Amino acid sequence: MASGGKSWVREWLFTLDHKRIGMLYLWCITAFFVIGVCIGMVIRMELFWPGKDFIGQQAYNALFTVHGVIMIFIVVIPSIPAAFGNLFLPLQLGAEDVAFPRLNTFSFWLYVIGGATALISLFTGGGAPDTGWTFYVPFSAVTTTNVSVAVAGVFILGFSSILTGLNFIVTIHRLRAPGLTWTRLTLFAWALYATAWIQVLATPILSITVVLIIVERLLGLGIFDPARGGDPILYQHLFWIYSHPAVYIMILPAMGVISDIIPVFCRKSIFGYKTIVGSSLAIAFAGSLVWAHHMFVSGMSDTAVMVFSFLTFIVAVPSAVKVFNWLSTMYKGSIRLEPPLIYALGFIFLFAMGGITGLVLGSAGTDMHVHDTYFVVGHFHYVIFGGTGFGMFAAIHYWFPKMYGRMYNRKQAITAALILVVGLNGLYFPMYLLGLEGMPRRYYDYLPQFTSLHRLSTYGSWITFAGLALMFYNLIHSRYRGEPVGRNPWKAATLEWTLPSPPPTHNFDTEPVVTHGPYDFSEVRDDDHA
Amino acid sequence: MTMHRDYQGAKMGMWIFLFTEILLFGGLFVLYSVTLGRYPTEFHEASKLLDVTLGTTNTVVLITSSLFAALSVVGLQRGDRKLAQGFMAATLVLACCFLVIKYFEWSHKIHAGIYPGGETLIQWAPGKQAFFALYYTMTGLHGLHVIIGMGVFLWVWTRIVAGTCTPEHFVALENAGLYWHLVDLIWIYLFPLYYLIT
Ligand code: HEM
Ligand SMILES: [Cu+2]
Repeated sequence: MASGGKSWVREWLFTLDHKRIGMLYLWCITAFFVIGVCIGMVIRMELFWPGKDFIGQQAYNALFTVHGVIMIFIVVIPSIPAAFGNLFLPLQLGAEDVAFPRLNTFSFWLYVIGGATALISLFTGGGAPDTGWTFYVPFSAVTTTNVSVAVAGVFILGFSSILTGLNFIVTIHRLRAPGLTWTRLTLFAWALYATAWIQVLATPILSITVVLIIVERLLGLGIFDPARGGDPILYQHLFWIYSHPAVYIMILPAMGVISDIIPVFCRKSIFGYKTIVGSSLAIAFAGSLVWAHHMFVSGMSDTAVMVFSFLTFIVAVPSAVKVFNWLSTMYKGSIRLEPPLIYALGFIFLFAMGGITGLVLGSAGTDMHVHDTYFVVGHFHYVIFGGTGFGMFAAIHYWFPKMYGRMYNRKQAITAALILVVGLNGLYFPMYLLGLEGMPRRYYDYLPQFTSLHRLSTYGSWITFAGLALMFYNLIHSRYRGEPVGRNPWKAATLEWTLPSPPPTHNFDTEPVVTHGPYDFSEVRDDDHA
Repeated sequence: MTMHRDYQGAKMGMWIFLFTEILLFGGLFVLYSVTLGRYPTEFHEASKLLDVTLGTTNTVVLITSSLFAALSVVGLQRGDRKLAQGFMAATLVLACCFLVIKYFEWSHKIHAGIYPGGETLIQWAPGKQAFFALYYTMTGLHGLHVIIGMGVFLWVWTRIVAGTCTPEHFVALENAGLYWHLVDLIWIYLFPLYYLIT
């Protein structure tokens, strides 16, 4: 494939092939993830001892902002849809490509430009932004750090996300192979479909919000300044109208991955296919109505607080439904404990830990107590790292043989997964306790009585780091040295496994005709090592 | 890679994209309505300062341009490339008129110190300041969309010349037309909200 400088650039960077675009996303996202993790390690190191150690408060503020911006906007939001959606959605549909291949390349370039812009903001102007990834006004409107550039990067990334979502919606509607009815769609495709609608419907609100920050900073509009007739609370509403649905952009695709993996490793059709589809759509819909649970202490009316608290509880239902469906699928299945399934189980456990504490935050009464404490930091890390992160890892381990035609070391993969589960609990469980005891988030210093819990959390971060290192080592090593595999090492029933590994440029020689559902394993052939 | 042509798909993609544009402005309309609810009298007062004649002229200009855009699509569908290009040129000329009129409106206000941070505006009541902050943001963003729409038409023009947008495959022009109707539609909301609430 890599044949000399110029053509390599042309073949890869300006490719119209959805599989290559998916790979490009995967590598970029991984690179950014590593940067983000390293910054997280530095933050944890600073918190190992109380008081100022090696970074000051300004640097600390910049670090957690940059960490959040990278992880949320550059890593997690595009992670599964942009990387694995591009790689496998068209294959699962039996299509030659996505509906708009050029637009797809354009989205990728927007992603690169947006990510680069966000990074540039760290090294230019008045220094890295220090507002937190939420860019709350009034501080973001007045701070002298480089907020405008960072926010411009977020705008561009959002545009990229919208175009990916749009592309997927049209792809799923228009490019399904003959016989691939809506009820034969993989659950991964369904999850991407629900996600794509959120991307399309919610992201524009974020776009306009960040544009307002930029004009506010450049032109001094005063839209959020009470002295000039504005209102800072309106900013929070606009921000969370996007950013709460955005957490479903982060988690739904991961749920789709898990729904695809579990039946394969239990040799059983998924329990409650339609319920899972319905719950994805229900999450997408209900998730759009609960944004103000981030604002219980901002001074909303009591009625608003009650309504949003109630709605938040409702949205937990479809998530729980999915968990029960997965468990019921496993019940009496012939379970093969392969790495993808181990990661999937890790996902279920960690996601449940995060989800249940989400209910504590969703009920206004308890939220008053833990708002803006480490409880929140623990909650969203369980959900995003334990949920989306593990979904991403599960996806990598599930599709790795398809992408590279080689298998990784299964023992190492399982060891890494177990280390990660231990590490993540070590890293984030103490944060729940810290939060309950009143440790506020976004502080570079703390009272001496919090020392031991902070230490525990930092030890956890080292274990996590070790787990990630082992996982990446195993994957990179196996990319070159792994044992060759054939078309279908897991004996899965979806269309991508009927193709050679890695799949050829043109996907399907002859258009496939689909005659059964995605989890009907009765006719699956053995791996042919072809 | 064979490029398939999917007329339905292209239209669907465009409609979804237009929907995102509506949502983008939707955020601003939400801000507008909340602020209007808070300062009804100030909005009423401030609105009097806008020039209704210029606003009305611009509305007519834009609606007419939208008509020409539609006629351009019809022209191409009928197989008359020259006619399509003629109407497209007319659309672009009217778009320029719109921007020129907008320019005079804005510069007039700015000379009088009525802009965010301007010496006149800063002494007025907060509600009036909010009105003008939103006025400049929303009409400014709309103006930007006019410019983008012109760019889209120019791009389609080059495709007609290059022979890739043809009477058989006219969806590029049709989508450009749809975009232009959206720009027009948004203005039709902005106009009464800012000029006519006196
Ligand atoms: C080894 C991995 C990681 C470590 C050690 C780590 C550590 C931390 C710490 C200590 C904070 C708290 C900063 C504070 O509130 O003072 C934080 C905040 C944050 N982290 Fe992580 N993190 C890691 C991975 C991730 C991942 C995978 C994501 C995204 C999926 C993520 C997203 C965030 C976000 C959004 C914030 C909030 C920043 C804010 O409060 O404004 N982190 N991280
Ligand atoms: Cu939320």
